[in-house]
Amino acid sequence: MPQDTQQLTTWQYIQRRTQHGDVFFWFITLSFALAVVGLVAVIGFVIWNGSELARERFGLSALFQDGWNPIRGNFGALPAVYGTLVSSMIALCLAGPFGVLIGVFLTELCPQWLKTPLSFFVELLAAIPSVVYGLWGVFVFAPFFRDHVAIPLANSVGQVFPLLGGTVTAGRSLMVTGIILAIMILPTIAAISRDVIAVVPNHQREAMLAVGATRWEVIWKAVLPYARAGIIGGMMLGLGRALGETMAALMIVGGQKSRVPESLLEPGITAAALIASELPNANDFLHESMLIFMAFVLFGITLILNGIARMLVWYSARGPVGSIRA
Amino acid sequence: MISQASNYRRRAIVDQIMRGMAILATIVALIPLFLIIGYVIVRGGSSFSIAFFTEAYRAPIALGDDIRSPGGVLHGIVGTILITGLATLIAMPVGIMAGIFLAEYPSNSVAMTVRFCTDVLSAAPSIIVGVVAYTLIVRTTGAFAGYIGSIALAVLMIPIITRTTEEILKLVPQTVREASMALGAPKWWRTLTVVLPAALGAIVTGVMLAFARAAGETAPLILTVLGNNNLSYNLMAPIAALPLLTYRYTEQPFPVLNDLAWGTALVLTLMVLLVNISVRVATRNRLR
Repeated sequence: MPQDTQQLTTWQYIQRRTQHGDVFFWFITLSFALAVVGLVAVIGFVIWNGSELARERFGLSALFQDGWNPIRGNFGALPAVYGTLVSSMIALCLAGPFGVLIGVFLTELCPQWLKTPLSFFVELLAAIPSVVYGLWGVFVFAPFFRDHVAIPLANSVGQVFPLLGGTVTAGRSLMVTGIILAIMILPTIAAISRDVIAVVPNHQREAMLAVGATRWEVIWKAVLPYARAGIIGGMMLGLGRALGETMAALMIVGGQKSRVPESLLEPGITAAALIASELPNANDFLHESMLIFMAFVLFGITLILNGIARMLVWYSARGPVGSIRA
Repeated sequence: MISQASNYRRRAIVDQIMRGMAILATIVALIPLFLIIGYVIVRGGSSFSIAFFTEAYRAPIALGDDIRSPGGVLHGIVGTILITGLATLIAMPVGIMAGIFLAEYPSNSVAMTVRFCTDVLSAAPSIIVGVVAYTLIVRTTGAFAGYIGSIALAVLMIPIITRTTEEILKLVPQTVREASMALGAPKWWRTLTVVLPAALGAIVTGVMLAFARAAGETAPLILTVLGNNNLSYNLMAPIAALPLLTYRYTEQPFPVLNDLAWGTALVLTLMVLLVNISVRVATRNRLR
């Protein structure tokens, strides 16, 4: 060893003494970090592999065929695809404007003493388990909605528009699911809107005020356009959450799997709810494979949505340096 | 004299209306949220009793028109603690070590990949993790079991713990690291004895948040744990869990069991609220 040390420069000698065991430490933490990467790889591989049978037999066209009946071997997943898209779109259309307005209120209009408790309350709601929302939906909201909204609606407007008509029997329907999903994703959209509006530089507002704009004109013409990318990103994150939401949908949507419902007030099914209810007691490999295929598509869609959304939020939070964005 | 723009009146009215709309929207949006919490507290609270916490499931008994079930949800409480506890034990080392890696070796392509993968994991719907655990473990072993649920929940907890650990370790001042470097401590020694202890409280809160989130997850448990009506401590067999009970008792036709569902929902909600509020209080004092 002495000969070794003599050949080293002083700096290398210090490094060797003060980095004793660091390679080992690096290796240990690295392997745990790579375990996270491995998990994603395993998830991707398992659902890709498990859906092979369905992919080869049906391909993507199965997602656009009506008629789900595993016992007869009909694997048309259109009812689930339709239900997922429709309920999520209802949720987004309801929660989007409300979420943005809450974000505006929290950053621009709210009195200071209310800001922190209200923000905290909104964040708290995002943490409540989805099964609790489902429970409330089943016992409180669905009966209320059926008696006071769905039946009058079906008897009046529904006579003209079949989308809001049909026979309302149970309280469970795509519409109710969409509304409950809206309540669930509202905190997400509101919190992100608040964050991206809060980082809009003040000179944007001051410039508008200086030319004599009202408070609303400042918000509408200077603040919201500046934060637009981030707000859209927040909505996409909310949409991703709504698409993948399982429990609330499973409890409220009604589980009508065999055909696409004609009316929003009729029971339907969503992809996540279909997987959760049928996978544990699937009839055969094909049935199982088809369900895993749907999980694969769901995973892909939520990943893409989240990727774009994160980029938008990041872009918006970073903001242009020294440039003006319309 | 101050002159007014000719359209000032109209603009002022629009301003008032739209500001009113924003306030109104906030109030309207908060109504259902208050209603949910209110209903859970009132209806859940009324189902609380001594039996609720000390007994397992009992089949509803019909006494004339009156259908009663004197049982409780002890089996669910035990199951949730066991499943989520094991999940925490699995997720904690992975999450914290990965977080240390991200914070201490921050800028290289591996760290970027790991960050991307934690984002993917936290974005994935929980049902996906359930599907994977089902196909990979339930199908190969041929049996539902509590530990499979723990593995699925651990996968959901890992991204939360990793990201909190990373964020917190980055908040530890660089001067603290330099001080320990100046004393000749190797990186691993400084991380374990100086950086980690400084951030320990915050890491614990991150783990608690992950625990609270995992304890409320239902979808993966349907595909892995299945549920059990009896009090069981065996994680190698199907076992009960609180969110599963909420779901199953909601679907039951007996009002007595529906009441138990409200009770379990209240337990879950209280746990989430408690963890979040205590975390809020703890971090307010720490990271000012």
